[in-house]
Amino acid sequence: MKMTKFFAWLAIAIGLIYFFVPLLGTFEFSLRMRRGEYSFDAYDSVFSDVQFQQTFGFSILMALFTIAFGMLLVVPTAYWVRLRLPQMRPVVEFVTLMPLVIPAIVIVFGYLRLYNSSSYIPFTGSTFGTNVLLVMSYITLSLPYMYRSVDTAMRTIDVRTLTEAAEILGAKWPTILFKCIFPNVMSGVLSGAFITFAIVMGEFTMAALLNRPAFGPYLQLVGANKAYEPSALAVIAFAMTWLSMGLIQLVSRLSKMAPARSA
Amino acid sequence: MATASSSFIDRRTVIDWLGIAPFMIFALMFLIVPTLYLVMGAFFTPDGQFTFKNIADLFTPTIMSAYWISIKVSFASSLGGALIGFFLAWAIVLGGLPSWIRSGLLTFSGVASNFAGVPLAFAFIATLGRTGLVTVFMRDWFGFNLYSTGFNLLSFVGLTVTYMFFQIPLMVLILTPALDGLKKEWREASEILGASTWQYWRMVAFPILWPSLLGTSLLLFANAFGAIATAYALTGSSLNIVPILLYAQIRGDVLHNPNLGYALALGMIVITGLSNILYIWLRMRAERWQK
Repeated sequence: MKMTKFFAWLAIAIGLIYFFVPLLGTFEFSLRMRRGEYSFDAYDSVFSDVQFQQTFGFSILMALFTIAFGMLLVVPTAYWVRLRLPQMRPVVEFVTLMPLVIPAIVIVFGYLRLYNSSSYIPFTGSTFGTNVLLVMSYITLSLPYMYRSVDTAMRTIDVRTLTEAAEILGAKWPTILFKCIFPNVMSGVLSGAFITFAIVMGEFTMAALLNRPAFGPYLQLVGANKAYEPSALAVIAFAMTWLSMGLIQLVSRLSKMAPARSA
Repeated sequence: MATASSSFIDRRTVIDWLGIAPFMIFALMFLIVPTLYLVMGAFFTPDGQFTFKNIADLFTPTIMSAYWISIKVSFASSLGGALIGFFLAWAIVLGGLPSWIRSGLLTFSGVASNFAGVPLAFAFIATLGRTGLVTVFMRDWFGFNLYSTGFNLLSFVGLTVTYMFFQIPLMVLILTPALDGLKKEWREASEILGASTWQYWRMVAFPILWPSLLGTSLLLFANAFGAIATAYALTGSSLNIVPILLYAQIRGDVLHNPNLGYALALGMIVITGLSNILYIWLRMRAERWQK
């Protein structure tokens, strides 16, 4: 038993060193911009960079669109599959998991060939079209996470009874969907939204190959040209990921405390 | 429902299927058709003639070496991730540690498994790069020059070490439930029958765990194989792995044959697809014991 405990602590120690040294190293490096003393100059330089503000804003906007349209696609589908088409469940689940199997770079390669300016659906022919395509690509990337979190939340409510009750009271489909289903799976929607946010903010491949001024390609550009700013950006990115995951935990803890209203 | 008239069934069926039409159209347009387009393109010449030449051309030294180094990096990082991840998951489940360590590690793993891409590359440059914290620390305090040993962050070893930062947490997250599924009774039963700890692990625990272990390793393999952002930010295009070669091909047709690019993409899908199919199969085997 004593041996077990020793090895367990050893494992934790190794993990701690492997995971915290790079974070510490990054933070330390980001403070080294002023010669001979630690300062937050690198952060100043990052935040005052116009390109940082623009690309960060652009990515936040794209993330919000991705979440809004992604949820409008995922929630009704998950609901409908549970209510009316349980036999399609394996198929839909398989499709939502495909983006984990097909690398993002392959998907975007397909887009560029299929939707170029000389094709039938020339998404990449205009800036607006390319932005739409970018949002669609982000929805595709986050599909596995969004679908799973919404579907898990839907498991805890009785979709059929809820729908029938609403129908008896005379509710129409939009009312059922937006006033009964959405509020009841809010915990799933929110955790799906936060993870989508984290994915979109750091995403590089899609935005770079579609030539959109997003945060990911900006990071890469800074990395290739500056010395201390990349570390500051890495610290900021890590803090953002941590925030997203923290919010997911918070949401799931809150939803556990307040049991589903249908129960 | 089956007793209703046939026209009613038809109308209802149509409405049922219309309900998932938006999802199916989305999946076709932005996932399935683009992928199939590349897969088909791999078997045609630019003039539209059917051919196997693109596939055969994959077996040229440049492309083969790209696949080989990709496979090596993915294999090494998934093996390392699996080993350390298993060790960590074992420590928090069976190591008798305080429970806050368990919840702390699981939360951290959730964050770290999502901390990939370009910032991860920056973190490792700041740590193990030529002027990174660890490199400088070793030089100043121990007079040990890391880079004189032939170590280079922009290499196979460097990339592997970097990838493990998101591989280990993923392993911890997937393996912890599997280890939780090891019932205390099995251990007690084997102890009563006179088995040593080693025998228990070799003959009871490991045979139950290996599908989870191997399956998750395959998932990690596919995960590393498709990743590009970290490698690109870390090495630029100096390390010739498949995703970076494909990136260059998309940007500027470096292979001088667009359809060879499709074949390159097809090769990636085949490799990640195979490892995922094996993962799903092993997972189904593993779940038999987790009920």
